[in-house]
Amino acid sequence: MSVFVLVEHDRGEVEPASLEALTFARTRGDVTAVVVGEGADQAAAGLGGYGASHITIATNELLADYGPDAWADALAQVVGAAGATEVLAAGTDRGNEVIAQLAARLDLPMAANVLELAKPGEVLRLQWGGSLHELAAFEEPMLLYTISPHSIEATGGAGASGTVVEQPIELDESATVTMIKDRVTTAEGITLATAPIVVSGGRGMGSAEAFDMLEELADLVGGKVGCSRVVTNNGWRNHRDQVGQTGTVVAPDVYLACGISGAIQHWVGMMNAKTVIAINTDKDAPMVTKADYAIVADLHDVVPALIEEVKRRRA
Amino acid sequence: MRILVCIKRVPAPGAKINLTGDAQAIDPTNLGFTISPHEECAVEEAVQQAEQHDGSVTVLTLGPAAAEEQLRSALAVGADAAFLMPTDGSAWDPMATARALTAGIGELETDGPFDLIFFGNESADSGGYQVGIRVARALGRPMVNGIKGVAVSNGVVTARRETATSNEVFELPLPAVLGIKEGINLPRYPTLKGRMAAKKKEVVSSIPEHRPGGPELIRLLTPPQQTTTTVILGTGPEAAPALVDVLEEAGIL
Repeated sequence: MSVFVLVEHDRGEVEPASLEALTFARTRGDVTAVVVGEGADQAAAGLGGYGASHITIATNELLADYGPDAWADALAQVVGAAGATEVLAAGTDRGNEVIAQLAARLDLPMAANVLELAKPGEVLRLQWGGSLHELAAFEEPMLLYTISPHSIEATGGAGASGTVVEQPIELDESATVTMIKDRVTTAEGITLATAPIVVSGGRGMGSAEAFDMLEELADLVGGKVGCSRVVTNNGWRNHRDQVGQTGTVVAPDVYLACGISGAIQHWVGMMNAKTVIAINTDKDAPMVTKADYAIVADLHDVVPALIEEVKRRRA
Repeated sequence: MRILVCIKRVPAPGAKINLTGDAQAIDPTNLGFTISPHEECAVEEAVQQAEQHDGSVTVLTLGPAAAEEQLRSALAVGADAAFLMPTDGSAWDPMATARALTAGIGELETDGPFDLIFFGNESADSGGYQVGIRVARALGRPMVNGIKGVAVSNGVVTARRETATSNEVFELPLPAVLGIKEGINLPRYPTLKGRMAAKKKEVVSSIPEHRPGGPELIRLLTPPQQTTTTVILGTGPEAAPALVDVLEEAGIL
């Protein structure tokens, strides 16, 4: 099997979910990592450890930044010339977008957010953000799919050779129409997706102002503040902070859910957290019954006490 | 400016989901239905853009005849016209859906292309992440997914996509296709007047041709539930030290 993995990067910095995709790919056959665009050299270093026997760097002077058409054109040329039997990426915004563009170009099926390819000709994938699974027929000369993020742990130490080859790509100027034209930095340092602890609030917070204490707690413990969908619908927080099926999917060491009932669409956005702690007045709320630890009490009493206790131990 | 929004009827989020006996679909008994959340925001965005630019909004859906309900919901919040492509209600694979929608859009574009076509970033139920992209490719138009900001001027749409650390800006010449993400706006609720007006509007139907592509559904499965025994640390603020102990064990402090 000749398996090609699109390794996403942003100006040289590799997307962690792409390392999960590489980890998955090496169970499927001989792995070639494909890296596109400016910064590809930097991104290519170290991919052998995750199982890439070969690394193809797609080069063209027009490949200055990310663009779905340019990346898909480049990927199509790389995998077409090499006779790939499988082409995959991480199930991220970019991964899903580029594989879908590739599938549209080749008029082949695509399976997004795959969990398993256990039996030949079958694929197990997520529906409803993970609240349901779908088993589907998937038998093609070239399988195009993305791996559900956090469904497999990225493991290094594979010791593959990671031989780098540059492949010049023919690219029409029109492929740059959908390229990023500008960027505005909105956050520095840790983000919701990478924070070791997410301190999250739901309907039980009661107001936008109540999130001030979650901000204080998150700052103290080196985490970020998240929220449920009802919070963004109420206008208490920006949608950027929303955890869940239609927001950000997180997998922190600790997820501290304050006043979140735990609807399934929220749960699928944080169910891969290592430890889940709930603070809720309702002992029967799904978030409480599914959590590892819970305090059954009003968060407005508990969170200030937590802040004091953390400060006391730090002193 | 003419805008088309492609929407999908899905069970209302938050509902408990049961499967049919043959596991081919979600059991619709006792379920409410809605427009998929990203698409609800796409409809709102289209209506706002049409208000700003003196334009019109058409909504299109491929689905069971009952999806007329979702078209009327869109009409009630400001869409001007609705187009239904009725199926027998079975699950269509993403390629079949894209082929049929492309044909349907052709029927709607006899007077020239829509300036903008909006899809949702992904459907809430099947989550294939591809139908809009396939349609855009078939129509030969530029398409970017995951959009949380739209501004149109001088024949160019400026679209904003959020990453964890930045906003990425795309500039596409019209006609263009965008995948809209929840968070771009807060959709309005329909007014009584809007609902009444929506009832009177005509929903045009055209039966789509079913050309399957794949991946074809074999069956749905309910994921194995992790069974957790929750440790109750306490019932008041006096439990705070026990919780901080847990944070320490997890390596947070």
